[in-house]
Amino acid sequence: MTYFKKLALAASIATALSSSAMAADMTIGFSQIGSESGWRAAETSVTKQQAEKRGITLKFADAQQKQENQIKAIRGFIAQGVDAILVAPVVATGWDDVLTEAKEAKIPVILLDRGVDASQDLYLTSVASDQVKEGKVAGDWLVGAVKDKDCKVVELQGTVGSTPAINRKKGFEEAIAGHNNISIVRSQTGDFTRSKGKEVMEGFLKAENGGKGICAVYAHNDDMAVGAIQAIKDAGLKPGTDILVVSIDGVPDIFAAMVAGEANATVELTPNMAGPALDALAAYKKDGTVPPKFIITESKLYTPADNPQGEYDARKGLGY
Amino acid sequence: MNRLAFGRLVNTQTVALVGVLLLNWLLFPGFFKIEWQDGRLFGSLIDVLNRGAPVAILAIGMTAVIATKGVDLSVGAVMAMAGAVAATLVVAGYPTALAIVAALAVGLLCGLWNGILVALLDIQPIIATLVLMVAGRGIAQLITEGSIVTFSDPALIFIGTGSLFGFPMPVVIAFTLLVLVTLAVRKTAIGLFIEAVGVNRSAATLAGIRSRLLLIVVYALSGLCAAIAGLIVTADIHGADANNAGLWLELDAILAAVIGGTSLLGGRFSIAMSVVGALIIQAMNTGILVSGFPPEFNLVVKAGMITLILVIQSPFSSQFMNWLGRRNRGAAR
Amino acid sequence: MEQTAFRMEARGVSKIFGNHTALDAVEFGLLPGEVHALLGENGAGKSTLIKILTGAYQPDGGKILVDGEEVVLNSPLHAQSFGIGAVYQEVNLLPNRSVAENLFLGHQPTRFGLVDRRRMDREARVLLQRYGLGIDPSSELGTHSVAVQQIVAIARAVQLSGKVLILDEPTASLDRDEVQRLFEVVAGLKRDGLAIVFITHFLDQVFALADRVTILRNGKLIDTRRLDELTRTELVRKMLGKDIAFSGSTSLKTERPVTDVLIDYEGYGKKRSVHPFSLTIHKGEVIGVAGLLGSGRTEMARIMFGIDPADQGTATLNGRPVAIKTAVDAIKHGFGFCPEDRKADGIFGELSVRENIVIALQGKLGWFRALNRDEQLDLAGQFGEAMDIRAASLDMPVKLLSGGNQQKVILARWLATDPAFLILDEPTRGIDVGAHAEIVRTINRLRDDGMALVVISSELDEVVAYSSRIVVMRDREMVAELRGEDISPGVIVQAIATHGEKAA
Repeated sequence: MTYFKKLALAASIATALSSSAMAADMTIGFSQIGSESGWRAAETSVTKQQAEKRGITLKFADAQQKQENQIKAIRGFIAQGVDAILVAPVVATGWDDVLTEAKEAKIPVILLDRGVDASQDLYLTSVASDQVKEGKVAGDWLVGAVKDKDCKVVELQGTVGSTPAINRKKGFEEAIAGHNNISIVRSQTGDFTRSKGKEVMEGFLKAENGGKGICAVYAHNDDMAVGAIQAIKDAGLKPGTDILVVSIDGVPDIFAAMVAGEANATVELTPNMAGPALDALAAYKKDGTVPPKFIITESKLYTPADNPQGEYDARKGLGY
Repeated sequence: MNRLAFGRLVNTQTVALVGVLLLNWLLFPGFFKIEWQDGRLFGSLIDVLNRGAPVAILAIGMTAVIATKGVDLSVGAVMAMAGAVAATLVVAGYPTALAIVAALAVGLLCGLWNGILVALLDIQPIIATLVLMVAGRGIAQLITEGSIVTFSDPALIFIGTGSLFGFPMPVVIAFTLLVLVTLAVRKTAIGLFIEAVGVNRSAATLAGIRSRLLLIVVYALSGLCAAIAGLIVTADIHGADANNAGLWLELDAILAAVIGGTSLLGGRFSIAMSVVGALIIQAMNTGILVSGFPPEFNLVVKAGMITLILVIQSPFSSQFMNWLGRRNRGAAR
Repeated sequence: MEQTAFRMEARGVSKIFGNHTALDAVEFGLLPGEVHALLGENGAGKSTLIKILTGAYQPDGGKILVDGEEVVLNSPLHAQSFGIGAVYQEVNLLPNRSVAENLFLGHQPTRFGLVDRRRMDREARVLLQRYGLGIDPSSELGTHSVAVQQIVAIARAVQLSGKVLILDEPTASLDRDEVQRLFEVVAGLKRDGLAIVFITHFLDQVFALADRVTILRNGKLIDTRRLDELTRTELVRKMLGKDIAFSGSTSLKTERPVTDVLIDYEGYGKKRSVHPFSLTIHKGEVIGVAGLLGSGRTEMARIMFGIDPADQGTATLNGRPVAIKTAVDAIKHGFGFCPEDRKADGIFGELSVRENIVIALQGKLGWFRALNRDEQLDLAGQFGEAMDIRAASLDMPVKLLSGGNQQKVILARWLATDPAFLILDEPTRGIDVGAHAEIVRTINRLRDDGMALVVISSELDEVVAYSSRIVVMRDREMVAELRGEDISPGVIVQAIATHGEKAA
């Protein structure tokens, strides 16, 4: 089974990491939230790759969605005297104490992917994407794609009340604001999951005259878009042609759908938060260059013109 | 005889289902429209059946468990495990049949495990099954390594999206299972024994019922049902999503059984009515989708409807209706 | 004034639940410096009286006096403020806290608002020494034996209340040495002038410890006497009721002609439950089992039926050795068992009369040979009629029937399995007169039809009437097997009461 093969691979990577300690001039601790999504798993593997590429020894700690585990791991890193700490914080609050301890130990902390409610001088920098911008890029693409034609959009929201759902909705609405030919006719939550995305899309298709009235679907993540694509096909329509599909994240399966002509655009949320973080850290360690407090990753748009097969292959092994 | 059979179909559950469907129709006039498209039935009503199938299948097993005064919290996690096993095996190139059998075997084993904890070690069901509820999803995530294992095996996909006699496969499977399990418990003595153990396990043991074996069988059935439901949701999205497959569905299944009239204190049960309960829940979900309510209202609307149904079913309101009936007859006289 | 001598007194106390009178104008007086035993069989009203004395129940009639003053006890805590404390069979202390904490819980010595642990341990040590306990007060209570925990519970109760101590079956789970130790503690408290109520099923302990005894039966006061004025036999007779005429009242019936042996229990027993007994049961014979509550009667029945499998001895059925490890085994061999606690172990309240009747036969047939509805109705109708079950419909829930009819349903359930051997544990307790007569009639009829029966009953007249032989249980031991002329209430009472030597 591939599972066992991958386990073996993971074990050999672990040995490789520990043996590279001699070559490395830096040891960095990374406290990851867990592996609750494919994107998260990809972030973990990309971070490990990025560290390996730079000859950095990475100490990895999986918090399994618990803040107390993260705090414990960070304290452990401080005790071991690492050179820097990367944290993908599971929640925003409650970090002041442990970040102060790191500061007192003169260990720089870099936040990945999510921010915290703590004084800004407690961490070196924060690397994250701009979720509003992601929504805006998706919206801009649609504006460009439909030009002057009337377009009724259905929206698959993320989990109700979650920050990415709110921001990605906001960015998309900003992008289509001045264009009266484009309107969001239905919007429901698909909980960021493929199966809910499919179920909600089925409902939309029934409600909008078998889907004939729908021009495009905007999904807050690719998983829901993949589910929606299946629902569109089941309804006898062609996704990507009859109904445009635009979404956010850039997971391998959406590139596979693009190859099949069933998806039109995705905005990448890069799992490579560690690259910019480690670059900033290297500059800081070398000559004390203080990086900006917020490093925003690129929100890159991918369409079928961008070699989706190649993108799919590149991402396949990352653990998405 | 016909009158009698028809009379048995008119009860609070079916009335509630019809009520919810009519409400959906008021909110969305095309709700009852069914078309024939690509060799299959197509329409919102079919969606209710199709999307309700996984919870209905869970409810079949859950009802038997609850009737023994137990509960199985692990079904959602078992769904994730079964899906993960099937998807990983077909992706690794094993034959579909083997993948399906392996997934069902995983469900059966999980059920046996629960049954042994409850029946032999006398651990309270809510705690015993909590173990797998937590660990099961973790195991599923280990198998899929946290990602969605996407597959394109047509035979496996057929389970989730294919159709037979115009009906979606999940509906066909759920209906077949409903008939088979109902026959298995009602044409044998198992149904009576389940009720007896649920009402009074001590008396059941004294009356010569092998209550431990019965409990193990019932939990195994629940595990098997969960595996079938897990295969369906996995096949439906062409991928095993260990993080989300079956998430919180154990609660929907318990709710379906309770709406179906099975008491959490054990005893009398009706598998058919639990399936109706599952359809009531799904009719509400589908209704919300086609009605165009903003998603912020989803949970409030659902909670309100369910409260209403449970209040209507409560002993208090049946007493109240009796009282009302007597008063009206008195007034008419 | 004699009344003022009482530390605590209940005058004409009554308690009614629904239409059942649990206590009927009962008088109970407690002197300082005495151990007063409170005796009675199940349903006599002991626990109701105790609950009234400790304030858990309010009496519906009569009054409670403490030191001659009338009081109203609202709750156990309120009773405690009058100096009344109680210790129950199950120690309800906190096993995972220290001994000292348990002793002082709720009123710990404090310093600056905090618990003064050192002072608490010191005071606890002094207190425990008074009870002859040299244990470490800071040790966890749960690590000590039940006896020690029991004494800690007593120490706490005395500490908190100090006038009246109620001991509700404190010795039930103790071994002989532990009982002795507890008795020394109680004797010491008696010398200190405490008034002590002592409830137990063990007559030996009553005679060893108590000064006076009050006997209740069916909610009524039977007698209060000094124990040195009372013989064991008189005591048992008062407990079991009926003015039993001694000697002279031998059973009228002659011993039945002995037919084939059905089942033979040889050296059959289970550790910590029943001492090994030997009993041969013939077809067409009723073996009556007499003994007080807690004498091991029910335990014997459970071993015979395999619910608690025997760990010693052999059972031989129709000349062949058989292993009876579970109820399923027993039923397979044609046994049936009506349990003592009808509600907890007998009926399926929510299920219909029909299902309640067919369930044992269906259990015997197995999972797959299901009786269909018509067969079930036939069976239920047939056996329901044979037992004269009064139910509006066979499909009504059995919980809606009266206790007597429920008992008949359970009997019908076993008769439907066509048993060869039936064990009935208190089949006539708590049921109305009509059902009572019906069940006695049925026992006679089944015996005459050649069935073997074991019937446990506290109703001596009844047992005497239908039994071919009677075995007497005492202290978890079969102490006598009575036959022929010995089958009389008087002999049974003597056998139950006799100390030491086995009566013949």
